Parts: sequence; structure tokens; C-alpha cells
Amino acid sequence: MSQNLNIASIRNDFPILNEVVNGKQLVYFDNAATTQKPRLVLDALAGYYEHYNANIHRGIHHLAEKATSAFEQSRKRLQAFLNAAHSEEIIFTYGTTDGINLVASSYGRKFLKEGDEVIISTMEHHSNIVPWQMLCEEKGCILKVIPINDEGELLMDEYEKLLSEKTKFVSVVHVSNALGTINPIKEIIAKAHAVGAKVLIDGAQASSHIEIDVQDLDCDFYSLSLHKIYGPTGMGILYGKRDLLNAMPPYRGGGEMIKEVTFAKTTYNELPYKFEAGTPNIADVVAAKFALDYVDALGKPNIAAYENELLAYATEAVKEIEGLRIIGQAKEKVSVLSFVIDGIHHQDIGVLLDQQGIAVRTGHHCTQPLMNRFNITGTSRASFAVYNTTEEIDKLVQGLHKVKRMLG
Amino acid sequence: MTINETQDELISDFELFDDWESKYEFIIDLGKQFPPLEEQYKTEDNIIKGCQSRVWLNAYMDGGLLKFEADSDAIIVRGLVSMLVKVLSGHTPEEIAKSEVYFMEKVGLHQHLAQTRSNGLAAMLKQMKAYGFAYQAKSVNA
Repeated sequence: MSQNLNIASIRNDFPILNEVVNGKQLVYFDNAATTQKPRLVLDALAGYYEHYNANIHRGIHHLAEKATSAFEQSRKRLQAFLNAAHSEEIIFTYGTTDGINLVASSYGRKFLKEGDEVIISTMEHHSNIVPWQMLCEEKGCILKVIPINDEGELLMDEYEKLLSEKTKFVSVVHVSNALGTINPIKEIIAKAHAVGAKVLIDGAQASSHIEIDVQDLDCDFYSLSLHKIYGPTGMGILYGKRDLLNAMPPYRGGGEMIKEVTFAKTTYNELPYKFEAGTPNIADVVAAKFALDYVDALGKPNIAAYENELLAYATEAVKEIEGLRIIGQAKEKVSVLSFVIDGIHHQDIGVLLDQQGIAVRTGHHCTQPLMNRFNITGTSRASFAVYNTTEEIDKLVQGLHKVKRMLG
Repeated sequence: MTINETQDELISDFELFDDWESKYEFIIDLGKQFPPLEEQYKTEDNIIKGCQSRVWLNAYMDGGLLKFEADSDAIIVRGLVSMLVKVLSGHTPEEIAKSEVYFMEKVGLHQHLAQTRSNGLAAMLKQMKAYGFAYQAKSVNA
């Protein structure tokens, strides 16, 4: 397997992999839901609380300065991670969903009007459907949906047909959480811009697998969650082009986002603080930097290459399971293996694998319209990260044989 | 048999199993043997909303006793549902309303009643007791 990574040593960086579940060593294949955290990140979290916990930006004492500096270093680190032109284009959020809501609510409410069209795709997570539905309902806009083929790829011809001068916003997922499909977002963005529409990319699933260069992509907004990139839960970022963010009204009111408050009128702070009302998630933001350092030390291309080997191995290995059908067979995909087995409910698969210490995700993956497209109620999904091994995939295959025996 | 006697009987059934496989094979068998709910009762009103598997619950009064029928599209949930029906069905609304279901925990199946969105079982149990309260109130008012 991969020549550039020492997987045994990587596994030692993740204490949770030593957990015993139902008497067996944990096999964790639910990485698309959240990745595990390396020791480096856990130490950074504890280190923050042990040594420099303080509220940021307003304090003049030593701890406050240290915490503020670490917080802002994380912003710079994320700027580099996405190759954003300016650090104030990085807005800290609670996660991908929060970032999408920010844009739909702030940009959408200010700039979209009745009759305008918003385009999403069939494979969107509910987080990239519902905020736009709420906006469309409120403003009288029309939601259009890009269809997909049986392999789980966007029909780009159909996308072009949907585009017109009425299109004001396009919001699509970079990588499908349920299928693993990598969408051609650069092309999607260019085509949207050609009709004058703005574009948001839901990067929740892409950011741990794919190098992201927001300037090269030319996307207007990019939203992601750090907990899917080996970082802490409860934080993410929204990247937005500076001019757009400047033109948008604040999303939430409170501390930090103001310049001056009187009862007559409040003036707002500048970017990025305008969008960061209240005390942020300081500890997790600080620790996020270490997650990115960890990913960069391994090298994203190395991680992707190794994960692709795991995906290829698993795709081949599950062929021996009779009645198993892979949902999502795009030519370009990340290490997500979503499948159904004839005559067996996905929840039964999940319960019986769990008894064998194997964690997969089962259900509709918060993509009900996509499940409807495939005429299924859900799938079982094994998603692989850099610390997974082919031996673990062998355990999954043995586990599935057992599931079939028990339910047969 | 009282509600608790049925629960205790189930607990002793499970004592025979010394590994997870035989335990789950037993539940799967229960699921297979459990009579399916007639299609006319698989209505939106009778569905217990769970994130992954669908569970239907139909309740009716028969000679002063509250009876349940149920179904699920997942076989393990079906087996678990059949045990809840076996324990609670055919008792007075009052008995059902004040019952305490402890056998799931005792036989190590408590994770299926956990408050996750993974199945509608906890919601079903709550609904069964709610029927108990509702029919109890009805008989008091009548």
C-alpha cells in the first residue's frame, strides 16, 4: 500500500482507535460523519484551557492577548489552507450548515427578490436545501434542482439548461456525503458567473480529501466544518469574497460585531468581526490550526492517494457479497462506499456490524431527495480516512457475510 | 400474566444466550414470526417517526383491555417491537400507563431504547404508554 505514509505510526496518533467496542477492537468507518482527532489536537484543546483560556479581543491582560493571538493565527492558517486572498475573508462559524445559513440569510435576503432563481442539485445534504427553501419561501424565489445520472453524477447539460439571467444564486456540494461523487465545481462556478449568478460551495465532505484553492476556483463562498478534517467539533468557516462580505448585512447581533452602540443607532464592526457576534468557540478554533498542521504534515495528496487505494480495495472486496449494490459509482469520487443489500434493511446491517465492533453509518444521510432519486430509503455507508487499513476492510467484508448468514 | 411477569420471562429467555450472535438470532426469529400488520393499519397516523426504520403502531380496546399491533420494515426492530407488544398488549390502560419497561436494559438491549434518531423504538414505547393514559382518561370520563 501507500509508500509515502506510515499508517501504523499514523494510527498511534489517534488514541480512540484503541477503543474496544462490544468486545472487539473498534473499526471506525464513519469518517464522512466525523473524523477522529489526533493527539496533537487533543493536547491543543487541553493546553488552551490549562494555560491561556481567556475571552478574546477586548482584554488587555496577558492571557487575553495570548488567546487572541492564537485565535487569529488560526484564521491565518485557514486562509492559507484555502488560499484565500485576505484573512478577513475567513469567518468563523459553528460549521458548514451555519455558514450556508449565514449566506442564505444575509446575502439572500438582501440581494434576492421575487422571481429570482436559486439552483441546487439532487445530491445536496438537507443543510444545503432547507436554508434555500426558507429563503425562497420568504422572498418568492424559485428553487431549481440539477438532476443526476444513475452513477450519481450531475447532468451538466441539464445544469446549463437551468441557467438563465433569472439565476441569481447557485449552491452545490463539492463532494456528496452519501455517494462520494466529486462534482466539477470549477466548471459549475464559471457557468454560473457567465449568467451573473453567485456561487456557494458546500465543502463539508471535500475539505479532508481535496486541495482547495478558492482563488483558482473563483467561488464566491465556500463553507466547511473542521470536525471532518481531524479537527474539533462545533466549528467551521465560511470563506467569502471580501467585496461580497462587505456588502452583506450582519447575520446576528451582539458583542464583537459592533463598532459603536447607542440606543438610537448601532454601527457595525468591519470584517471578519461583523459576522462573529458573541464569544466565539475559542478553544476549538485554536485547536483547529493543529488539525490542519497535521493534515499538511502528512500531505493531502498522500492522504487522497492512500484513501483512493482503500476505496478501490473495498469496492473490489465487497463484490463477493451476493446482492450487494454500490450506490454512487461516479468516475470521480472520494473514499465513500455507500451500498444496499437486496432484501436486508440498512438498519439491520448497521446493528449487526456494530455488534462486531464496526462503525458504519446507515440511513438516508440527510439526503432524502437523493434517496428518492434512487428509489431507496437509505444505504449503509463505509467511509475511509487516512488511519484505516485493508485489514479493517477485510473485517467489514467478513462482518457483512455474517450479517447475511444471520438474516438469510 | 402481568406485565412484569412477561418481562421476567423474557429476561430468563435471554439468560440462555452467552454470545451476541445467539441473542440477535433470537430477536431476528421473533421478528420473522411476528405477524405483519395489515396494510390498512400502516397509515401515516400510525407511523412512529424514526430516522432509519419505519415503525407502525395500531392500538384498540377489546373488552376493557388495550391491545397493540405493530410492524417495522427492519427485522431487528420488528423483533424488538414484538417483545414490547408481548409485554404490554392485553392489559388495562391503567396498567400500561403506569408500567415500567425494564427488560430491555436487563437483557443488554438498552442501546435500542437510547434517545438517538436511529430507531423509533423509544418513541413507540412512549406512544404505547400515551395510549394507556388516553384510554384511562376516556374510561374515567365515560
